Amino acid sequence: MPNKTFFWFFLPTGLAMILFIGLPIISTGIQSFYAQHDQVVKEVKKCDPFGCTVSIVVDNEETTKIRDAKPLGKFNGFGTYTDRNHLAVDEIKKFWNETESFGAFVDQVTNLPFYKALIFTLTYCLFVTPNVLLLGFIIALSLNAVARKIRGPLIFGTILPMIVTPLVGSLVLFWMIDSQGIIGANIQNLMNDPYLSLKSSKTLTWITIIIYGIWHHSPFAFVVFYAALQTVPQEPIEAAIIDGASRFQRIKHIVLPHIYPVVTFVALISLMDNFRVFEPIIGFSAEGSAQSLSWLIYDNLVNEEVILFGSAAATSMMTIIGIAILLAPVLIRTWKEFKTAR
Amino acid sequence: MRKILVTLLFLLFGTSAYADCNIKSGSINILANDFPALRTFVETSKQCKGSADFKVTHSSEHNKIAVPALTANPSEFSARIAANSSIVPLMNQDLIRPLDDLVKKYGKGIQDSQLITIDGKVMAVAFMANTQHLYYREDVLKDMGIAVPKTYEEVVAASEKIRASGKMKYPYAAAYKAGWNLAEEFVNMFIGHGGEFFKAGSAQPNINNAKGVATLNMLKKLSELSNPDYLTHDSEAIKVEWESGNVALMTLWASRSGTLLDDEGDAKITAATKLTGPATVGGGNIPAATLWWDGFTLAKNRSDADAEATFRALAHAASNKKMVADAADQAVWLVEGFVPGPKSIGVIEAVKMGAKPYPMLPQMGLMHGALGSEIVEFLQGKESAEQALKDVEAAYISKAKEQGFL
Repeated sequence: MPNKTFFWFFLPTGLAMILFIGLPIISTGIQSFYAQHDQVVKEVKKCDPFGCTVSIVVDNEETTKIRDAKPLGKFNGFGTYTDRNHLAVDEIKKFWNETESFGAFVDQVTNLPFYKALIFTLTYCLFVTPNVLLLGFIIALSLNAVARKIRGPLIFGTILPMIVTPLVGSLVLFWMIDSQGIIGANIQNLMNDPYLSLKSSKTLTWITIIIYGIWHHSPFAFVVFYAALQTVPQEPIEAAIIDGASRFQRIKHIVLPHIYPVVTFVALISLMDNFRVFEPIIGFSAEGSAQSLSWLIYDNLVNEEVILFGSAAATSMMTIIGIAILLAPVLIRTWKEFKTAR
Repeated sequence: MRKILVTLLFLLFGTSAYADCNIKSGSINILANDFPALRTFVETSKQCKGSADFKVTHSSEHNKIAVPALTANPSEFSARIAANSSIVPLMNQDLIRPLDDLVKKYGKGIQDSQLITIDGKVMAVAFMANTQHLYYREDVLKDMGIAVPKTYEEVVAASEKIRASGKMKYPYAAAYKAGWNLAEEFVNMFIGHGGEFFKAGSAQPNINNAKGVATLNMLKKLSELSNPDYLTHDSEAIKVEWESGNVALMTLWASRSGTLLDDEGDAKITAATKLTGPATVGGGNIPAATLWWDGFTLAKNRSDADAEATFRALAHAASNKKMVADAADQAVWLVEGFVPGPKSIGVIEAVKMGAKPYPMLPQMGLMHGALGSEIVEFLQGKESAEQALKDVEAAYISKAKEQGFL
């Protein structure tokens, strides 16, 4: 395609992307460098049905004046990024100097909210993504091998987890693992421990969410792989059969290389999706044991009654950077292949 | 203390006329929490809507919607049913309007004691009081020969005895869901220990001390006597636990007593469900509970006509003797004409015992938020009480700095 044609072809999409993705990201970025103005408070008398007290309120007149002068807030630079609820630079330095063993240092660091969330997010990505790829591929291969007559209903059944709304899916599982639910109660019986709870143990909650993640995302990988499998040429496979190649050898040497670009694509998309894990945490009411970066943003925006725009913006920016770092190896590789192909 | 009691009794038995209702125009849109008493209140105000447009959103997620919805201009809602804690963010952001003129013009039936005044201006009109108090199963306690607990130490002892007897595996329940609910339990218990959340005259946190540690230890003891899933249980979930007969002692909102004692569910459990005042803790003499009022506020970013229509409709409910007589079971109404029944025992006892109201401070929401997430690991046995309290203070300080309070 000539460059000019491409430009006109891409223009509408490009404009929409700038408007709905680019500008909001820039706005979030700017927001993350600002904090609220110092609060002007005054002492007043407050009366309610239980009596009167003298206590403080925010002085709205003064605050409005300051806000009108500088609507963005107080410039804070990287202050929000480095505070204790984010990168916690000072705290980490302090821990490094104070703790005696490396283990104790790691303990202290992983107790900080941002790192706690980062570790869960990364663990989730690292377990869910490869398993989704593997499971999706296995399902696609098996379905490709069954008789055409029953393939339709089977495919429908397989993509069901993706059709079910994430929140509903996680709620169903949430009730099943309740200590009186079908899975929870049976595990208690099996382990002979009436105090065992999948929801109160951190490790078990993580495992539950990861299993849910795999269940929910596999159909996506399956659908893409299944489509790709339809394009695998039959001749080389027949030749391989005549040469006496086993099923495993055929998959390894013919099928996989053929659908390799699709695998990269699915890996990229899954990584991006998984890094933003959020719904299962809400669905499983797992805020206590598992927090992800997306959940931190949500928490800053809604959980406090007082909305922390600066904090939420800073975490958003770091999530974007995190995804970029995670995707970099795959992207670089794709770029290199693209160059050699030319 | 005595004054509060007198005020409350005055509230309950005072007299005056109905609010009049002849609304010709305007549009009314109300945001409220979701529990039976509030539904009754809003329904009552709807009766007087006249030809005004009337909409309502009942949601347990009301706290998350309120500030953004009222910040918009014109705001989505013309009124917000708020409580001591949720009025604070609205005040901080200057999102609600003073009601003095409207009270003078249309608030005939509203009693002075219902008015929430801040710096001399009426900012809300309260219509019900609420608190968390103890519920117990009379049959179970009688069988075991246990007296009705008055302190949390007795609650622990009683629960341990019930568990030891094999009658119930998890005899105690309270809303310990990580987040707002869990933090609320901490607030109650900390106040019961006589704690102050902030150093006098500043926004510096003041919870990492012996009182804080005692609070956490008591919460932990109680959590060990609860269903192991306690970190995911909110008020609704423990209500279900209670109705399934799994629990003998519970700390729950007074406003939920109506649904516990209704005709639905096992009649034997309902008959044995009894209410008593909130428990004290650690030898303190004030209850480990906070007093709450629920009242209505009007959005600032909305036309005067809408505000007027909304006020008139809500004032109709906030001074409605018929409503408080018909729905006497649902809440402790602050509206005149209310005769407290057996379901109001919790709140009345709490007031008699000198319970404190939930602190109405601009930075309290940040403290509440920090508590809700940082004490979880202590309850799970992953860190010490001191470390958890240190974390709460550190998390609070970062947020308070960003928000300009420190």
